[in-house]
Amino acid sequence: MSTPTEHEHHIVGPKIYLLILCALLVLTATTTGAAFINMGVFSPIVALGIACIKAVLVILFFMHIRYSSKVLMLTVAAGFFTFLVLITMTLCDYVSRAWGLW
Amino acid sequence: MSTILNLPNQQDAQLPKLSYLNDGYGLKSWLLTGDHKRIAMLYLVSITFFFFIGASFAGVIRLELLTPQPDLVASDTYNKLFTMHGIVMIFLFLVPSVPATIGNFVLPIMVGAKDLAFPKINLLSWYLYVFAGIFILYALVSGGVDTGWTFTTPLSTHYLNTHVITAAVGVFIAGFSSIFTGLNFIVTVHRMRCPGMTWFRLPLFIWAHYATSILMVLGTPVLAITLVLVALERTVGIGVFDPTKGGDPLLFQHLFWFYSHPAVYIMILPGMAVISEVISTFSRKRVFGYTAVAFSSVAIAVFGFFVWAHHMFIMGVSNYSALVFSLLTMLVAVPSAIKIFNWSATLYKGSITFETPMLYAFGFMGLFTIGGLTGVFLGSMGMDIHLTETYFIVAHFHFVMVGGMLMAYLSGIHFWWPKMTGRMYPESMSKMSAVITFVGFILTFFPQFIVGYLGMPRRYHAYPPEFQVLNVLSTAGATVLGIGYLLPLLYMTWSLRYGKIAGSNPWQATGLEWQIQSPPLTENFIETPIMDHEAYDYEWLANKHEHEVTTVG
Amino acid sequence: MDSQAIATGHEESPEAHEHPPYLRHHFVTVEQQAETASFGMWLFLLTEIMFFGGLFMAYLLYRNWYYDAFVASSNTLGIGLGTTNTAVLILSSFTMAMGVYSAETRNRKGLLTSLSLTIMLGLVFLGIKTIEYHDKYTEHHIPGANFSVEDFVHPTDKRDVPLAPDMAQHAQLFFFLYFAMTGMHALHMIIGISILFILLVQAWHGAYTNGHTSTIDNFGLYWHFVDIVWIFLFPLLYLISRHPLK
Repeated sequence: MSTPTEHEHHIVGPKIYLLILCALLVLTATTTGAAFINMGVFSPIVALGIACIKAVLVILFFMHIRYSSKVLMLTVAAGFFTFLVLITMTLCDYVSRAWGLW
Repeated sequence: MSTILNLPNQQDAQLPKLSYLNDGYGLKSWLLTGDHKRIAMLYLVSITFFFFIGASFAGVIRLELLTPQPDLVASDTYNKLFTMHGIVMIFLFLVPSVPATIGNFVLPIMVGAKDLAFPKINLLSWYLYVFAGIFILYALVSGGVDTGWTFTTPLSTHYLNTHVITAAVGVFIAGFSSIFTGLNFIVTVHRMRCPGMTWFRLPLFIWAHYATSILMVLGTPVLAITLVLVALERTVGIGVFDPTKGGDPLLFQHLFWFYSHPAVYIMILPGMAVISEVISTFSRKRVFGYTAVAFSSVAIAVFGFFVWAHHMFIMGVSNYSALVFSLLTMLVAVPSAIKIFNWSATLYKGSITFETPMLYAFGFMGLFTIGGLTGVFLGSMGMDIHLTETYFIVAHFHFVMVGGMLMAYLSGIHFWWPKMTGRMYPESMSKMSAVITFVGFILTFFPQFIVGYLGMPRRYHAYPPEFQVLNVLSTAGATVLGIGYLLPLLYMTWSLRYGKIAGSNPWQATGLEWQIQSPPLTENFIETPIMDHEAYDYEWLANKHEHEVTTVG
Repeated sequence: MDSQAIATGHEESPEAHEHPPYLRHHFVTVEQQAETASFGMWLFLLTEIMFFGGLFMAYLLYRNWYYDAFVASSNTLGIGLGTTNTAVLILSSFTMAMGVYSAETRNRKGLLTSLSLTIMLGLVFLGIKTIEYHDKYTEHHIPGANFSVEDFVHPTDKRDVPLAPDMAQHAQLFFFLYFAMTGMHALHMIIGISILFILLVQAWHGAYTNGHTSTIDNFGLYWHFVDIVWIFLFPLLYLISRHPLK
């Protein structure tokens, strides 16, 4: 039978929330600042990278996945995986096309 | 002919005094129910209604195609007919058919639960389905849609003045009905199995529905946003899909088929679920290679997300990506084939009897195999370039969806009818009906393979005269098929009043749903079951019958 | 050992006698009910990922095709307002998480404060969004009949490269996606705030601080998800390529 998650017994405290809040605000300032630096092809990579880190922090701590069962972790992973499939396999077409690029 | 049918003595047999059917009377007790079984019945009625609407469109289409000239209906009307036929049959019939009727009814019982995880959301699911149906009916009566069920841009966004948005809203709502059903199923299977019910003791019906639910939850929202974009494009007209404004019509197709290909697996997997149960019961053997069949269901769901662009080979995708998708399409056929092989192996050396559900199951095995094989032909780019947009495609998907899925649906309805209603349908009528359906089906759709290979395009209401003979055969078959589908409607309704009392386990099947009364109590089980044997354990069943005089409940 | 038919369940075990009024009949324990609800909400969030996913795909494609138009359009969005909004939403996620904590520690006042703060921050976000939308309206950047390519063909800022007229027209695609994506996001925020009001009223009457925290937990998941969508929207829409500060 399914085992109860630790969530029921593990209440995430305000300290962790505060820490994550500060991290998120710092990362927001960072990404805004980084937008003014010309990094060529790395600009979008840095921007999306920071966004991913922020999202992971929210998912792990605000949404408690850090303290949740494997099933839930797998569920979240499955969602993002399917999203990535949509993006990459569609891009696979556009990237290898000769027409349509201005 | 031998049969495993085991009915109680009809002289003194009675329906159970209390069941889900008489637990509360009146319209409100049905329209506000949380009972998954009642919701399944609500779905059964509404799905049947929309099936016959969709079928009548098909009837008019086939009538038009009796002659090569466009003489029955105008071109626009013909376009509306095949569009509405597609929309109604796919979104209002095939997608919810087995999951919403049979799945809703037996899934909780099969896992040993009292209800689905979210009964209210289950009811909401049905209401959304009804609203979707109303929207689509409204689109129909106010003039129809003629874009084709695929809503291809820029035709649907810029060049047509029919009720595209209304139909799109209807499909959007139907999508959410589907999502909520899938969500409910996934959570129920994960969290509400009874003690002892491990994943690998679940009936294969559950595995296939679990895979279907994953597809529903992950795929349908993409269709939803695509339809939103089409609606926005029609109203605001920015050019997201308009090449004259810099948009890409293929973007629509990528997003549309990202759902619509998994959708075909949403439609067929529940049918496969039924076949697993029926083949096992009527050959008195456990399904061969349980693990392989279980994992192949999940594999179909996963791989099903990787192949959508095989609907777009001629639309302008790059050769490179077409190659990739073609290769992946070959791979996705493998799990389906595994299932067919395993069912065949189940039949081998089994004690086969030919009750109606089994007749439909045999029909499924043959027709789905042909349909699936032709799918592999179409997956290879070289063949697809010639065969796409011809009647070959039409025949292919009708073989899998009608010869496959619809037969499986009828198989399931006949198989679980005694459980759902407590009564048996008339066996001789039903056997005749199954044979009529099979013959009618072959006559209708096999000529379409030939005429498509010869070059007759799909979605055209006029064709070169040399194709007439095949088209006449097809229409003749459609008439026979229509009779084959009308008969169950009549005799099943008849059986509600006059059918023989079925008892709890007329088929002597394994599975928790057959160990409770027919029809079941609202809460399904008097006591929580404890699962201590594998699925399809006929020895356990024989053992149980030896130790018991009457059935439980 | 009697027949192996439907055997007795665990009705004798102690946990089974604990039947709080909010335990639905088809669940055995409160834990099962709470986990189930949580799992259900996560699955719903998966559908939301895929729903927004379609929009992200469209954005990715057209940013690739019309990069210059996208850069120029992105630069017309107020980075100050955008950054502020991001911070506001992150703060509201924090207050929502604190609300969950209050519910779990049965702190009614804390929960009411957290919910109220979350509502206020949500409204601030929507207010700033309204200002931004209004700015786009006055600047004739709303795609459609009122759209003007002037700002792109003859930019006032010397650092901006003037766009060719046809590329400038494609700026409409950026703004269409901007309004579609932020609009869809705002719709989810409006729904969220409406539900928050209901939760506030219920919490006032003592709900959620009596052990039944599921609703607050799961609404929190929804709220955090809406925050995550904005976390991705912000860099994609506002931070494509800003001019370096002198």
